[in-house]
Amino acid sequence: MKSDTKSIEDIKAIRKIMEESSRFLSLSGLSGIFAGVTAIAGALVAYFFILDNGNIHYDEYFRSLPAKETLSLRWQIIADAASVLVISVLFSLYFSIKKAKRDGKNFWSPVSRRLLINLFIPLATGGIFIIVLILQNHIQLIVPCFLIFYGLALVNAGKFTFGEIFYLGLLEIITGLASAFVPGWGLIFWIFGFGILHIAYGVAMYRKYEA
Amino acid sequence: MKDLISNINKVFESRVRLGIMSVLMVNDTYDFNSLKETLDVTDGNLASHLKALEEKGMIKVSKQFIGRKPNTSYSATETGITGFRQHLKALENLIKEQ
Repeated sequence: MKSDTKSIEDIKAIRKIMEESSRFLSLSGLSGIFAGVTAIAGALVAYFFILDNGNIHYDEYFRSLPAKETLSLRWQIIADAASVLVISVLFSLYFSIKKAKRDGKNFWSPVSRRLLINLFIPLATGGIFIIVLILQNHIQLIVPCFLIFYGLALVNAGKFTFGEIFYLGLLEIITGLASAFVPGWGLIFWIFGFGILHIAYGVAMYRKYEA
Repeated sequence: MKDLISNINKVFESRVRLGIMSVLMVNDTYDFNSLKETLDVTDGNLASHLKALEEKGMIKVSKQFIGRKPNTSYSATETGITGFRQHLKALENLIKEQ
């Protein structure tokens, strides 16, 4: 049955092309692991250096002080968080480009463009909103906002890459909402959401698709 | 048996054309160079199949400029989408029949 095997092969090829042309599959699990480690490192820097070994609790301490005096501390925290973001993004780009190359694919494609656009709309919105929170001294809402907007970005991007990203996004949103209910525990939620969840996700993805 | 064959569309009977239609079924538009990379074919080969599909009204072409570079992108027409669905169905039926 020659035509039969040909049809089966045709359908297999069609499925593969549909998948590859609509989903970005060069995302590496290593990106998740690195992002997690970077986030934990960033949290430790914030705790030991910026918050004076945890002696500064930003709810009580901050509210009693005039906003002007705490501005530099607030900017230090933001610089710390921004460095974590930039380092994570650079590492994930590096690992993705490497993985794409290894699979003989082009990193820059209509799929990766669509993935990035869908990722960055919620992320940029969140970033700008967080700047507003800093300027208006709503420090306790910064970590929840980071987690929630990041989660929304992942949920949005999940359609254009591995489906698992969607669920990681949901977990980040839940972590963010939970942290909004428990002010003062921002660093712990940060370590859990950006650190532990990323590392767990990265290890799982690496073992499932790459190892 | 005759019924099954009648839905097999001759226009799609080539790996490259199947590939083009597959990409355009799941993407609103796709440009020439990206198609070339996804399907791993030469310029000439891809162009001739695209032309054939366009002539049969299965896909439409839009040419624009991004900066100074010409950019040609393709999308499936209604006819193309329904036609390709029927073709897929026919392929699947053919397999089930055996």
